[in-house]
Amino acid sequence: MSERVLMKGNEALAEAAVRAGCRYFFGYPITPQNEIPEYMSRRLPEVGGVYLQAESEVAAINMIFGGAGTGERVMTSSSSPGISLMSEGISYIAGAELPCVLMNIVRGGPGLGSILPAQSDYFQATRGGGHGDYRLLVLAPSTLQEGVDLTMLAFDLAEKYKNPVMILGDGFMGQMMEAVEFRTPEPMDLPDKRDWAVGYMERRGTRALVKSLYLDPEELERHNMKLQAKYREMEKNEVRYESYRTDDAEIVLAAYGTTARIARSAINELRREGLRVGMIRPISVYPFPYAPFENLPGSVKNVLVVEMSCGQMIDDVRIGVGRTVPVHFCGRVGGIAPSVDEIEARIREITGK
Amino acid sequence: MKETKIFERPKSMSDVPTHYCPGCTHGIAHRLVAEVIDELGIQKKTFGVAPVGCSVFLYNYIDTDMYEAAHGRAPAVASAVKRIRPDMVGFTYQGDGDLASIGMAEIVHAANRGELITVIFINNAIYGMTGGQMAPTTLLQQKATTCPLGRDPGVNGYPMRVAELLATLAAPAYITRVSVAKPKYVGKAAAAVKRAFQTQIDRKGFSFVEMLSTCPTNWGMRPADAANWVEEKMIPYYPLGDIKVPE
Ligand SMILES: Cc1ncc(C[n+]2csc(CCOP(=O)(O)OP(=O)(O)O)c2C)c(N)n1
Ligand code: SF4
Ligand SMILES: [Mg+2]
Repeated sequence: MSERVLMKGNEALAEAAVRAGCRYFFGYPITPQNEIPEYMSRRLPEVGGVYLQAESEVAAINMIFGGAGTGERVMTSSSSPGISLMSEGISYIAGAELPCVLMNIVRGGPGLGSILPAQSDYFQATRGGGHGDYRLLVLAPSTLQEGVDLTMLAFDLAEKYKNPVMILGDGFMGQMMEAVEFRTPEPMDLPDKRDWAVGYMERRGTRALVKSLYLDPEELERHNMKLQAKYREMEKNEVRYESYRTDDAEIVLAAYGTTARIARSAINELRREGLRVGMIRPISVYPFPYAPFENLPGSVKNVLVVEMSCGQMIDDVRIGVGRTVPVHFCGRVGGIAPSVDEIEARIREITGK
Repeated sequence: MKETKIFERPKSMSDVPTHYCPGCTHGIAHRLVAEVIDELGIQKKTFGVAPVGCSVFLYNYIDTDMYEAAHGRAPAVASAVKRIRPDMVGFTYQGDGDLASIGMAEIVHAANRGELITVIFINNAIYGMTGGQMAPTTLLQQKATTCPLGRDPGVNGYPMRVAELLATLAAPAYITRVSVAKPKYVGKAAAAVKRAFQTQIDRKGFSFVEMLSTCPTNWGMRPADAANWVEEKMIPYYPLGDIKVPE
């Protein structure tokens, strides 16, 4: 099953979800992710699943709350304003410890912003987004193939941790065409839904209770500690990143998603000239790969963070790098990505080469 | 003398004290739901969705699979569960703030899609849990903590007749209004709950039972006065009876 097919980004992500066993999709249209619900509305009935268009993102995420409680593989997708609207529900899902996958094809903000690609929802994605002390597991693919692989992985991770997993993409990824291959991930040892989910009272003898309410302060504190222990576990097991030509690097770029592709081109060009440039590319943005930034090679004199935002991931990079070397920033917003030339110019400016 | 039990706790009702105020009719409504679940023998294939409101702890009282939903969103939660588990029987239980204010979009669209769920709507003309603020169903001139001089239609509009509003839609199969404020009304209320669940089980469509209820605490009345107030003030504005019945 290793045929390569040329697909549009959003459709490839949707197909990956179907291949991962997602059978239920609830969502509300918003550009630039409409191809995901459109694809699901055709595809899910073919595999015995259900596509339901919700009346709003608020309804969609609460459908996900209900659906996830059955233990089946459920997904929604949206883009920035829609994710904001879903935030209360996402908090309930995290609080009730339900597995689900959320796709966020980020567009420019604030407010209605634009429909063009952006990375300006990094804070929202990596800090939970809604109210309360909770985290999503957030994966940020850089190529379509990686998007497909991570989407398939996301469903397993969601079940493993009983936690929502977000695929953090951007409009470029959603709209581009690339050849992809659907590869089944390594099987994981996952909890049996029949032990906890709605619909198995007869079999289990006890009912399922799906809730996030704990009025007793001690109990709510214990619940929070349990969630925190889970997040520490994710931080231990689920950090993913790529180091690219960092060994002898004098300057290391930090970039994720589409921006990392552009940064890679800049690095390759400058390397041809002999400039020692490398990159650390976070793949999981929560949990964030702090370690490679804490342990930069001794050759590194500067770090440059490249984002399609006014500077959000830079905070995490700074936490990792600490005071060892200066951390610089190169960002564009409004639906504009930093160009290869801009990144090169910034590197020359910093290194004086 | 041989003893015969003529009254007992429904099997699908948990053996725990409820937290309701004296004279509150939430408990009666819970019991009617539990009795029907027992009668239909569906305890182990039923899921309920509790609202945010005084009845948030419904999940402690009804012993079936249960969700505690976000404020107003129970119909969206139940819609998804029912689509995924069509052989289960699903109900939501919601107050008037929950269903008719913050959750108006979710109830209208669930009804309009003809979701095969049963909705129990507790209309007590007030926000009970948060301490007596105005609800969409608060009557004209009725006082609430956020309309201390009484509801003024020029400022707050008119009390909403939710059952009638939903009955304008094509998909719902059964829409009715009952009261649980006095024993004489409870028989009809019980029959309505049963018919609503049966409508769902027979896959005839969406079913909705509005129950006129009391909130003596936030109405500032003694329980008996509250029951009379339902009869004298609420029923004339919210007439009892079937509004839409299955074919
Ligand atoms: C998003 C959100 N907004 C507001 C609240 C606060 N709140 C809790 S219950 C409630 C009103 C409940 O009134 P109703 O639905 O009529 O139920 P009752 O208590 O009268 O049975 C409100 C506003 C909340 N929990 N969540
Ligand atoms: S506040 Fe009102 S609705 Fe709530 S329990 Fe008391 S009487 Fe019942
Ligand atoms: Mg109320």
